[in-house]
Amino acid sequence: MLVTVKLFASLTRFLPAGASGNEARVEVEQTMSLESLIARLGLPHEQCHLVLVNGAYIEPSRRAVVVLRPEDVIAVWPNVAGG
Amino acid sequence: MSWTRKLLRVDLDARTCGAEPLNMEWAERYIGQRGLASKYLSEEVDPKVDPLSPANKLIFATGPLTGTAASTGGRYSVVTKGPLTGTIACSNSGGFFGAELKFAGWDMIIFEGRSEEPLYLCIENDRAQLLPAAELWGRSVWETEALIRKRHGDPQLRIASIGRAGETGCLFAGVVNDLHRAAGRTGVGAVMGAKNLKAVAVRGTLGVKVADPKAFMAAVAEGKAKLATNPVTSQGLPTYGTQVLVNVINEAGAFPTRNGRDVQFEGARRISAEAMHEKRPTDGKPNLLRNGACFGCTIACGRISQIDRGHFSVKDKPRYWEPSGGLEYEAAWALGAATGVDDLEALTYVNYLCNEHGMDPITLGATIGAAMELYEIGAIPANETGGLKLTFGSAEALCKAAELCGTGEGFGREIALGSKRLCEKYGHPDLSMTVKGQEFPAYDPRGIQGIGLEYATSNRGACHVRGYTISSEILATPVKTDPLVTEGKAELCKAFQDATAVVDSAGICLFSTFAWGIPDIAPQIEAACGGKWPVERLIETGERIWNLERKFNLAAGFSAKDDTLPKRILKEAAKTGPAKGKVNRLHEMLPEYYKARGWTADGIPSNRTLERLAL
Repeated sequence: MLVTVKLFASLTRFLPAGASGNEARVEVEQTMSLESLIARLGLPHEQCHLVLVNGAYIEPSRRAVVVLRPEDVIAVWPNVAGG
Repeated sequence: MSWTRKLLRVDLDARTCGAEPLNMEWAERYIGQRGLASKYLSEEVDPKVDPLSPANKLIFATGPLTGTAASTGGRYSVVTKGPLTGTIACSNSGGFFGAELKFAGWDMIIFEGRSEEPLYLCIENDRAQLLPAAELWGRSVWETEALIRKRHGDPQLRIASIGRAGETGCLFAGVVNDLHRAAGRTGVGAVMGAKNLKAVAVRGTLGVKVADPKAFMAAVAEGKAKLATNPVTSQGLPTYGTQVLVNVINEAGAFPTRNGRDVQFEGARRISAEAMHEKRPTDGKPNLLRNGACFGCTIACGRISQIDRGHFSVKDKPRYWEPSGGLEYEAAWALGAATGVDDLEALTYVNYLCNEHGMDPITLGATIGAAMELYEIGAIPANETGGLKLTFGSAEALCKAAELCGTGEGFGREIALGSKRLCEKYGHPDLSMTVKGQEFPAYDPRGIQGIGLEYATSNRGACHVRGYTISSEILATPVKTDPLVTEGKAELCKAFQDATAVVDSAGICLFSTFAWGIPDIAPQIEAACGGKWPVERLIETGERIWNLERKFNLAAGFSAKDDTLPKRILKEAAKTGPAKGKVNRLHEMLPEYYKARGWTADGIPSNRTLERLAL
């Protein structure tokens, strides 16, 4: 199944080949967890500060149990802030 | 101690400048800057005064850490009764002006009355004089700074001035210093213009003394080490600036778009921090040139941009070709998403106009967004705009409307009133995205519940930097709370508001608090000021300042009925994103907030609360 991965700020460099702007379409297995996807993308664990699935924040402790669904949008940022 | 213990009182009617001792009893209870200036304003100005009348006063105030070695210690505030809202107004700026004022030996300047003709104040240490500004009137901020330096033959003068917006009565005119740092919000520049005061120029060589230099340097070193190792203040902000939030808030479904019709903007990425780093297809150069820092700052979040010279907005206008202050998150949102414009170069140009003419980009963009909605529904007749086609997404209309507003011409005079008055005039008051007359910043309260409470209760009208609950609700700093729930938001909002009042009164930047808590700031204040400043005292001081401001607003005629949000936010559900189908549930939070504050159900501080805070 396909999901959309969006990586921002300093994580932009981990976008897979074929990405456009800050996002890429990624083929994943039906039962893949969010944490497995993060690992597959090679994202340093400590830099995944904000992880949103379809805009909703997923706590670090839940990333291993959240199973991806078709057409999910996963967005990841390091620790950032503004105002 | 790091107060100079001296204020400068300037009588614009009599054209006199006189030194006065700072009221140290008040300084001990209100710290400085926002808190102390609000105390002076409350004591000296009738809260019912017409903000643009000579009876209003205008205060430039530094904090005890301004001009010291404390990181980010370059802040000053402009405090007055605001013309946009009618509330107490306080607008905070960085750059180098605040520190220079302190080096000249002044904690504060209080301007009274109104001059018959344009003047500017020039301060060189103890020597302060009012000088004619006839040649400066009608000039931009950028021209004014250059002309004053030339006149005095001193390139090191630091200058805070108004542009043409402040002169022509734009109700959201700001005071701009160092070309592109601004006390931007609440219309403090309009008050300055109404007083016929064009600028304040300062040169100081006296330095700042602290109570315990050894302890101070130790506390400062510890603070700087934290900023240098925190990922936000050492990497995120210097590299991407506040602009990094565009994609974050858009993905979270709380990016107010087209005057709040939508909560997500399809053009968000094109106006984001990431886009500012990318090379333009037109000239092969990125919009962002480098970052920049204010006085004493070890974060350096500022954006220095350079527009594509071939872009329609600046073609044949060389004064906009040089590097200058680039887009921050709020400006990019207001000028971009609120108007539906995704042209990064156009937004950068309009941001330059805001600096050049002295306008608040948040209210400017939000008001143009409101005008676009009024135009599209036919409420603003096409023959009233002087040919301006105010359609959402039009970069040309945005640029033209901003130009006219900056110089006070044509339909720009209507924009200059802000969206509340504009929407009332054209028969749709509900389309103004304001609280107490001031426009929302860049977070939609349907997608982030706590910030709605903050907008509703902010003492200067809708504002995010009076209590930045976004830190917790979205950015997970220091702890994550769910943006879609209302439970616990009253206490969260109060905690942020009280802590922020401390930061705003100390002379340091709010952005330090992405790494620092009050326990990190307390030792720096204690070593600078002398005496004991434990965390509890500081937090209580923040609460005292909040209640003082509230008392001013109540006396000015505001009440609990003004602690509300626009109908769109309370009744029209978000269409997309995680908040789809949701509105802001202010009614669930506001009673809890009043309770947490020790106020009556009518939003009035109880006698017990006032006694506890010695108010």
